[in-house]
Amino acid sequence: MSDPRTVGVSVTVNGEAHRLDLDPRVSLLDLLRLHLDLTGSKKGCNQGACGACTVLLDGERVNACLVLAVSCDGQEVTTIEGIGTPEALAPIQDAFIEHDGFQCGYCTPGQILSSVALMDEAARGLPSVIDVDAPPCSAAELSDEEISERMSGNICRCGAYPGIRKAIHAVASGAASTSRVASGAAQPATA
Amino acid sequence: MTPFSYSRPTSVADAVAALAEPGARLMGGGTNFVDLMRKGVEAPDHVVDVHGLPLGTIGEASGGGLRIGALVSNTALASDERVRRDYRMLSEALLSGATQQLRNRATTAGNVLQRTRCTYFMEPEYPCNKREPGSGCPAKTGFNRIHAILGESEHCIATHPSDMCVAMAALDATVHVTGSQGDREIPFVDFHLLPGDSPEAETVLRADDVITAITLPEASGASRNSVYVKVRDRQSYAFALVSVAAGIELDASGQIADVRIALGGVAHKPWRASGAEGLLRGSAPTEDAFREAGEAIVADANGYGHNDFKITLAPRTVALALNKALGLAQRATGDAR
Ligand SMILES: Cc1cc2nc3c(=O)[nH]c(=O)nc-3n(C[C@H](O)[C@H](O)[C@H](O)COP(=O)(O)OP(=O)(O)OC[C@H]3O[C@@H](n4cnc5c(N)ncnc54)[C@H](O)[C@@H]3O)c2cc1C
Ligand code: SF4
Ligand code: FES
Ligand code: FES
Repeated sequence: MSDPRTVGVSVTVNGEAHRLDLDPRVSLLDLLRLHLDLTGSKKGCNQGACGACTVLLDGERVNACLVLAVSCDGQEVTTIEGIGTPEALAPIQDAFIEHDGFQCGYCTPGQILSSVALMDEAARGLPSVIDVDAPPCSAAELSDEEISERMSGNICRCGAYPGIRKAIHAVASGAASTSRVASGAAQPATA
Repeated sequence: MTPFSYSRPTSVADAVAALAEPGARLMGGGTNFVDLMRKGVEAPDHVVDVHGLPLGTIGEASGGGLRIGALVSNTALASDERVRRDYRMLSEALLSGATQQLRNRATTAGNVLQRTRCTYFMEPEYPCNKREPGSGCPAKTGFNRIHAILGESEHCIATHPSDMCVAMAALDATVHVTGSQGDREIPFVDFHLLPGDSPEAETVLRADDVITAITLPEASGASRNSVYVKVRDRQSYAFALVSVAAGIELDASGQIADVRIALGGVAHKPWRASGAEGLLRGSAPTEDAFREAGEAIVADANGYGHNDFKITLAPRTVALALNKALGLAQRATGDAR
């Protein structure tokens, strides 16, 4: 058995550049939580099945638990800490509060990152299995069924799903109550 | 995870060379491989991360079809305009698998080579002939709801879990490989192996082979008028119990000119039902004909208890998929008039 050798990796997290030497076994999730002290991304299953660890990697949502940190060299990561701050929440965060989109809150960072990505994916016309022929061109056109399918990688044990759907509808349709919606702050920081 | 060294080659030739090291294994998106390393099912000495290789685009194949780079993500492949229009079953199969997060990361080659979801295989505290040849197969008498009814052996009754591969088999795709002895092309239906007495050998790949691309033949009526029907325990985000990729092309008189049928969730490999296709070609697309074709597929099927229901479910799913494909074919013929 060969000894673990550390591997150099450069990643930009929420706009800040980091250069680290890592054991190749370290996951992106552990890099964030244990090495960079960004504990917003949560570890649920650690096997790709719950979505609690969802982050944006070069603007696309992925399960950080299944990505080796060393394979992210040169890439940009956005975590919940890069979406809004306690003083200035992003519109989707406000909407989660307003529509009761979280209860215990454990799954919420992943749900928020997925919501942000979902709106971007809809805008890019990415299809879902519900409608391969004619994907919507904006998140505002998504039905409840579509939102549920597109959010299916994020499990919430408390069952806050109806609130999460409402929050996404509200922000996507521009009905969210805060003025920050118009500023485009709901877009991924890397976009 | 056991310790491993790591490299990130920048060319296919370097990746092939890196595989010469004993205990070296490739990693694409890692969505299956990292999971299995964490469980101790995979324990490579050296991980060759191919994620950065320039194999991430979809282009025209020389014969008029599509050439899909090995590193094209499942999302990119499912969303591609040409795939949605000309190989609809492939788009539907991809989108019915996993979740957006996983599809964004998963690669075309990695999806082909994902390992079985047999729970005994995935938990190293159990014996398993596939993981440890000769140790036994607890699934045969154990919990086997997701296991095979066709092509299985006394040594292993595991299924191949991929949705994408079912469509690839129905579409007559070709796998392109580069190894130390040069390039090879392998018809998709010959790529995965049945378990026989060596279930640990899952494909015809050699240890230092890298998949570089998959090509699809030129689009046809049967590839356009095609669907993927997936039956699972939950409506979303679950592996298939039984799935069917089906496509139909009608001739001018409304008879079946061409038909494609492949099944997932029933065997060690995506199960191309050539016999049933033969029964249908040249005949009228009736409800009865579809049911008979489905029954023919399971004529020699075996159940192991928990999975007996698949013998009833499979022909019904075949009939449902053929009906849906017929709808698309009739719409296409109608549009053409
Ligand atoms: C929770 C969960 C649910 C899922 N649900 C589904 C589902 O419903 N349907 C479905 O089909 N799939 C499902 N998947 C599986 C998923 O689709 C696969 O994990 C994924 O497609 C694998 O691709 P990858 O690039 O991440 O492969 P990796 O994990 O990187 O690799 C898989 C295998 O491929 C080999 N490999 C990778 N690239 C190459 C190459 N270029 N040449 C040769 N060998 C290579 C690796 O050595 C490894 O053995 C699910 C996965 C998870 C975690
Ligand atoms: S079915 Fe195959 S993979 Fe599952 S325990 Fe038996 S030998 Fe192993
Ligand atoms: S912790 Fe990553 S998906 Fe559950
Ligand atoms: S709010 Fe508790 S798990 Fe979702």
